[in-house]
Amino acid sequence: MSRDMMSAFELYQPDSVQGAVDLLAKFGKDGWALAGGNDSFDWFKDRIKRPKYVVDLGGIASLKGVREMPDGGVEIGALTTLTDIERNSVIQGKYKLLADAARRVASPQIRNSGTIGGNVSQDARCWYYRYGVNCYRAGGNTCFADTPQGQNREHCLFGASRCVAVSPSDTAPALVALDATMVVLGPKGQKEVKADDFFIGPNIDIQRMTVLEKGEVLTAIRLPAEWAGARFYFEKVADRNTWDFPLVNIAAAIKVSGAAGSEKIDAIRIAAGAVQCVPRRLTVVEGVVTGQPKTEDTAKLAGQSAVRGATPLNFNHFKIPLLQNLVTRAIRDA
Amino acid sequence: MADNTNGRDLPEPQFDQFVSKATSRRQFIKGVIASGAAVSASGYLFTLAGCSPNPKSAGGIERLLTLNVNGQMRPVDVLPNETLAMTLRYKLGLTGTKLGCDRGECGACTVTIDGVASYSCSTLTHSVRGRKITTIEGLEGANGELHKVQQAMIDELGPQCGFCTPGQIMSAVALLDANPHPTRDEVRHALSGNLCRCGAYDHYLNAVMRAAGNGERVSQA
Ligand SMILES: Cc1cc2nc3c(=O)[nH]c(=O)nc-3n(C[C@H](O)[C@H](O)[C@H](O)COP(=O)(O)OP(=O)(O)OC[C@H]3O[C@@H](n4cnc5c(N)ncnc54)[C@H](O)[C@@H]3O)c2cc1C
Ligand code: FES
Ligand code: FES
Repeated sequence: MSRDMMSAFELYQPDSVQGAVDLLAKFGKDGWALAGGNDSFDWFKDRIKRPKYVVDLGGIASLKGVREMPDGGVEIGALTTLTDIERNSVIQGKYKLLADAARRVASPQIRNSGTIGGNVSQDARCWYYRYGVNCYRAGGNTCFADTPQGQNREHCLFGASRCVAVSPSDTAPALVALDATMVVLGPKGQKEVKADDFFIGPNIDIQRMTVLEKGEVLTAIRLPAEWAGARFYFEKVADRNTWDFPLVNIAAAIKVSGAAGSEKIDAIRIAAGAVQCVPRRLTVVEGVVTGQPKTEDTAKLAGQSAVRGATPLNFNHFKIPLLQNLVTRAIRDA
Repeated sequence: MADNTNGRDLPEPQFDQFVSKATSRRQFIKGVIASGAAVSASGYLFTLAGCSPNPKSAGGIERLLTLNVNGQMRPVDVLPNETLAMTLRYKLGLTGTKLGCDRGECGACTVTIDGVASYSCSTLTHSVRGRKITTIEGLEGANGELHKVQQAMIDELGPQCGFCTPGQIMSAVALLDANPHPTRDEVRHALSGNLCRCGAYDHYLNAVMRAAGNGERVSQA
């Protein structure tokens, strides 16, 4: 059902990153950084989040585009759209994993305006939280999804800590697998955060999904040369192929040596989305398969090891075989 | 996905605030024009002047703007929190653009912005200043002849109820502008962000394939 207008806010359209940071610092908790708006507008229209000041980053040219770096890696501006990433020839050539993940986000129109920065900074999609109830994540003291009646088919297998929401992003696991670095500018200056550390769970802060604090702007995402041109595997399973968030997604970067048919796995990074509040780096799998022949047996073992320690909720047991199979396929087919 | 929040008490937005600000800003703009300065799009872009310590400041953006819609320059007074769908439908009278979900989940509101298919329900009007917006009303030719995609929709009996049709057509037009001879799969992909509750998907695909003049008419994939 169509509802009425978003609640009123004042809109700022700075043309420099520093201008945006200054404004956001000034507005503090009343401010909101806006990229494509695909996540933000839901909150505003439902009037659950009502910032007084919205700072539109869309006019900052320096935050857009893909640049090749002298070391052979690339730097992607945070405001680059998912469509531009999907179609960029350098990304397609060296980091196809990210192009494949970007292509599976939402719908064509959302990818046309949705940015990579917004995609990794988006909020949890637990519908209780989105409905505006006073759950832990919203500052209350209940998790409505983790009750005997709670509808938690989409929720987590790992890392629950009061909240059982999952990381909803399709690009986040790909960035973890590619060992990306996030560049953040804030009132205190610039900092660089590894993708592994950028996403945080409820055990660290239950009201945030990333290390970004109010007033900080994600300016760029760097992909190191190390994983350029590796073997990649991305797969997303969702109820519908368009719009729907992942039930589980998998992203793997693998380096192999040896002749076809008798390949050995030299190095690997693999991460799964929608199974934990952060993209889950599957370090156990990495340990199990490194140095092993790239065979069906290794792949099977990898799948089994991926789900060790999974703690399903009432309605999401299906995610265990799903994750297991996706990991098996990733090792076998990458 | 968030559903609705019926029954919750939410404070009303302070519209009276806007009214008084609007008046004074309008006078300001008139003054600017009278003094002969060019009111260009970039003149509206925020500079640090928006950081003005004056607590009564209405914020960074100027509400009055001129939109390039269907080849016409349309001056319009737009709230900071207004979506393009709202401006098109309720201020510019372009009701061919439909609102289905208002949440980026259906595609009925699809228009093109600089030729790219976009959900107008999920776009702030102030973010498309200086860009070229085309709605379903802007497709017909100089003498009122239909766009080839519109004509093909009729020839192929594309729509059923028709509610999703403007959005489907705008997605198809954006595709054909970039890729004049797509495969059926490419069309399917390009229209995948447009729901059709009547399920007329195959008819739409047939129509777009016909509009692309690919020769063959492939009724079933
Ligand atoms: C119907 C629908 C379906 C969707 N399906 C999927 C899906 O399948 N997979 C998926 O991954 N996502 C999905 N999304 C989520 C998401 O909206 C988009 O993926 C999009 O990439 C978000 O980017 P944006 O630029 O529009 O974000 P915005 O809404 O502009 O921003 C999102 C959040 O990030 C913050 N932010 C944005 N950019 C920055 C920055 N540079 N620095 C600091 N903070 C920033 C904003 O303050 C906000 O809190 C879906 C969304 C909708 C509405
Ligand atoms: S009305 Fe915009 S996508 Fe449904
Ligand atoms: S024709 Fe009725 S919704 Fe598509």
